[in-house]
Amino acid sequence: MPEDATVLVPSLLRQYTDGRSELFLEMDGPCAVSDMLDTIAGAYPIFNRRVRDETGSLRRYVNVYVGGDDVRRQQGLATPVQPGQEVLIIQSVAGG
Amino acid sequence: MGGMAPTVVLAVGTKKGLWLGTSEDRQEWAFTGPHFLMTEVPSIGIDTRDGRTRILVGVRSEHWGPTVVWSDDLGQSWTEPEQGSIAFPPDTGAALERIWQLQPDSADRPGVVWAGCEPISVWKSTDAGRTFELNRGLWDHPHREHWGAGYGGAAAHSVLPSPADADTVHVAMSTGGVYRTTDAGQSWTARNQGISAYFMPDPNPEFGQCVHKIARDASDPLTLFAQNHHGVYRSDDNADSWTSIAEGLPTDFGFVMLTHPRRGGTAWVVPIQADGERIPPHGELAVHRTDDGGRSWQRFDAGLPQAEFNAVLRDAASVDTLEPAGVYFGTRGGEVFASADEGASFSEVLAHLPDVLCVRSAVVVG
Repeated sequence: MPEDATVLVPSLLRQYTDGRSELFLEMDGPCAVSDMLDTIAGAYPIFNRRVRDETGSLRRYVNVYVGGDDVRRQQGLATPVQPGQEVLIIQSVAGG
Repeated sequence: MGGMAPTVVLAVGTKKGLWLGTSEDRQEWAFTGPHFLMTEVPSIGIDTRDGRTRILVGVRSEHWGPTVVWSDDLGQSWTEPEQGSIAFPPDTGAALERIWQLQPDSADRPGVVWAGCEPISVWKSTDAGRTFELNRGLWDHPHREHWGAGYGGAAAHSVLPSPADADTVHVAMSTGGVYRTTDAGQSWTARNQGISAYFMPDPNPEFGQCVHKIARDASDPLTLFAQNHHGVYRSDDNADSWTSIAEGLPTDFGFVMLTHPRRGGTAWVVPIQADGERIPPHGELAVHRTDDGGRSWQRFDAGLPQAEFNAVLRDAASVDTLEPAGVYFGTRGGEVFASADEGASFSEVLAHLPDVLCVRSAVVVG
């Protein structure tokens, strides 16, 4: 039975996700954060470009949390997401 | 023949957004903004070819990165291509940091727009800015590993296509200096003979200069002007060699170099005290204009503040194409000044903005 993972979209990026604050991805099993972002990029390419640069790297001041933990302290964008987990994308503290 | 007064658009890119003004007399301005609040706007290109006024903007969010957007209705609506206009090809392993320059080519090359970016790169669009292609000749240049980063970042900040020859383009980068192609971008040669790099062990190297801005003469496409990191120069031989034209200026430091839209030999600079003292000389802001190719300079400060301690950045100045030409510039203190008489007198048209990074002006078409 497939189970969704949920990606929570920061308010500043909802203009690029048709206004959606949550994106639901159907999953058969664990997948990497980068694979999830690839899937989202198909529907919302500008959202993807705000989160990742053209090399596929997470932008420096964008943080992604899987299960409440920063992926930079895990396996980066290779961090696995389990079905049913929440993925939180949030801008870090930067700027003057 | 009568007709309506031309509308001038004045675009002001700041560290935290874009302001757009229009005026029919260059005295009274109506501004909208901030557009793109909390997003820096280091580059603007106003393209008035093809019967419309397209404002191309290179924006950059500290969080969400850089991108190109444009408006064909003076900022009422904006378009951004889904895949982005400028993206490094995968084999380069590079990522776009900042768009420093968006430069429409000449009127007889509609749709051609150039971009200068950080990391140091030059890009060409043939579809009016929708997509840009990386210039591989400069990207693969053997000097690349020696180019440095000025304080603002390592960028190609000036891109000057030659109106006389479609195969000739001049680029300036900090640091690296001036480079020129005469084969449509296949190969590039350093063109810095005569430009000082006093901060290097050899002060006259082939390349490595910190050229802040270059501008092409209106009547002679082989004549260029340069504001260097200490040094003001003119070249009469397509940048093969440069000679100092700093005599008559209060200082040879600064960032701005503007040339007249039609009249040869006319250029403007905004002197800054020194590398180690980045304020207008003695805190007195003034624009200096030459009408004889830099042999002599006139100082203009009418309408400018009595005391001003903010610098004017390299792209924070512009001329329009009216007669007499309008001159516009902004400071890091967020003031914007406009002149409708070629710089002889100014009035403040905006104040208390974030740092002004880029100013562009054009007569509205369409």
